[in-house]
Amino acid sequence: MQKRRQKISRRRWIPTLQSRRKAAEEIPGWRKRESRNGCLFLLPSLIGTGGFVLFPFLDVVRRSFFKAAGSGFVGLENFRRVLDNGAFRLAVGNTVRFLAVCLPVLLTLSLLLAVLICRMKRVQRWIKTGVLLPMAVPAASVVVFFQMVFDRKGWLNEMLKFFGGTGKDWLMENTAFWVLTVCYVWKNLGYDIILWLAGLSGISKEQYDAAKVQGAGEWACFWYITLPQLKETAFVAGVLSFVNALRVFREAYLLAGDYPHKSIYMLQHLFNNWFVSLDIQKMTAAAVMLVIVTTGMLIFCERHWRNRNYEKRKR
Amino acid sequence: MKREKDKWKRYKYMDAELFVRFVLFAVVALMLLPFIMLFTGSLMGEQELLETCGAVLADYEGETKFRLFPLYPTLRAYVRLLFDSPEYFTAFWNSVFQAVSVLLGQLAVAVPAAWAFARFRFPGKRILWILYILLMILPFQVTMVSGYLVLNGLHLMDTRAAVILPGIFSTLPVFILWKSFAGIPDEIIEAARIDGAGDLRIFFHVGIPLGMQGIFSFLILGFLEYWNTIEQPMTYLKSMPLWPLSLYLPQMVNTEIMTAFAASIVTLLPALLIFLAGQESLEQGILHAGKE
Repeated sequence: MQKRRQKISRRRWIPTLQSRRKAAEEIPGWRKRESRNGCLFLLPSLIGTGGFVLFPFLDVVRRSFFKAAGSGFVGLENFRRVLDNGAFRLAVGNTVRFLAVCLPVLLTLSLLLAVLICRMKRVQRWIKTGVLLPMAVPAASVVVFFQMVFDRKGWLNEMLKFFGGTGKDWLMENTAFWVLTVCYVWKNLGYDIILWLAGLSGISKEQYDAAKVQGAGEWACFWYITLPQLKETAFVAGVLSFVNALRVFREAYLLAGDYPHKSIYMLQHLFNNWFVSLDIQKMTAAAVMLVIVTTGMLIFCERHWRNRNYEKRKR
Repeated sequence: MKREKDKWKRYKYMDAELFVRFVLFAVVALMLLPFIMLFTGSLMGEQELLETCGAVLADYEGETKFRLFPLYPTLRAYVRLLFDSPEYFTAFWNSVFQAVSVLLGQLAVAVPAAWAFARFRFPGKRILWILYILLMILPFQVTMVSGYLVLNGLHLMDTRAAVILPGIFSTLPVFILWKSFAGIPDEIIEAARIDGAGDLRIFFHVGIPLGMQGIFSFLILGFLEYWNTIEQPMTYLKSMPLWPLSLYLPQMVNTEIMTAFAASIVTLLPALLIFLAGQESLEQGILHAGKE
């Protein structure tokens, strides 16, 4: 009993942030003032996003249930027409396929390179600059280069001919898909390497030393020490690469135009062509569906995030 | 005997190191190849261009040739671009105007918004935050219709404002800034408050100076983004004199082979310079964007 009292008396009372916040909240009107001022700071942005995106989007949702001209309510008719549309199915399939192929390719490639780069000491900065450079390049200027490489008479075919192979028109066949993947990886490799490097720098060197002492090889170190600690980074890199993958449309459009080979006909092409023909009904319905899918994915990620934070706190 | 073995081991280690270096060098070279080839192309004369690239870019009979260095280097393409292509310069200034005004607008709008998300509690914050994330990751094509409806209603279609106004209210900068604002220690803010500073004063005198890093990163990322934007001008701008470079350049490449490469180089030059000047901030920005 006495011991315990001693312990308490020895501890000085230091006002923590929580207690200060609590103290501040007891001032009348504090909370109200805080939320009022917060809203004022947010207001300009909120007006803009509300005016340009949120409220018009509600209108889009409304339109997706109505006929084009007049005000006939058609229920889910528009949605059914979009889902039956062959071009829509093709575009969804291609987009999903593109994501399923290029995300793993990009993530593994960039991880491998990051592991190699992170050992370099002096040249690391130069290498980083080199791999990040493509990010800065406007798609418009580099498209000439890709045309030169992948055209029917392009450099790649010349090279193949030199080695005795036969060339083909890379953009007009199923290979267009791989051309686009190459463009995407070229552009985003540096971005992901930066993310991985940040994750790798968070792993302490002592662990590797300890493992080496116990006779673990390079591969075992990578598999049992590096990889498990990169889970968070992997998640972040995955999400960001996904967002960037949706932007590959630029390259696809500049390389192959409005109607590219059907292996790279993406959702973005479809929307664009619907827009040109002012097919508002289909566009609204498809947009609503896409928003629903994305929101679902976002909520999933959010949950993952929360669980992770929770686990962290438990530790 | 033992020393021999050690020596051998060291060689083996050095070999591996050399190999890694070689691989990385090759990767960097591959990444840089487009730049090198564009630069080479820009230094070629018309005849040489036709001979090497004419088969692809123009209807020139014969084959393409791969040349790492031009045989007859000349600056004629740049001269021609400088003095004989007014449309290119219109497009160039369109791009500059577009990027700068979007960034200025974002400074005025996104910085306070990020401050509000980072430092205040208010009702509905969680939901708004999720909405902002959603708006960030949605591809442009999804919000294209709603944007079109508004711009059409305001009679802004086919004006510069059609690209600039929606750009100002993009939510990506809010994220990049949020992280650097949230990282400011509470003690500093409390200290300022005890000294009698109001919320506005704290924002200008504490928040902005301490969040400078984040502001730089978002400016650099934003410039690269709007220098490169294609979808928005493509949908909202119909008349060619308003087109930014990113949209005009591909058109130009298909009609004028002579200046195609030089024009590409000049287009990527501003982006390149800004990138090299602010690489550190850019890396920070990439890392911040990932941490919700």
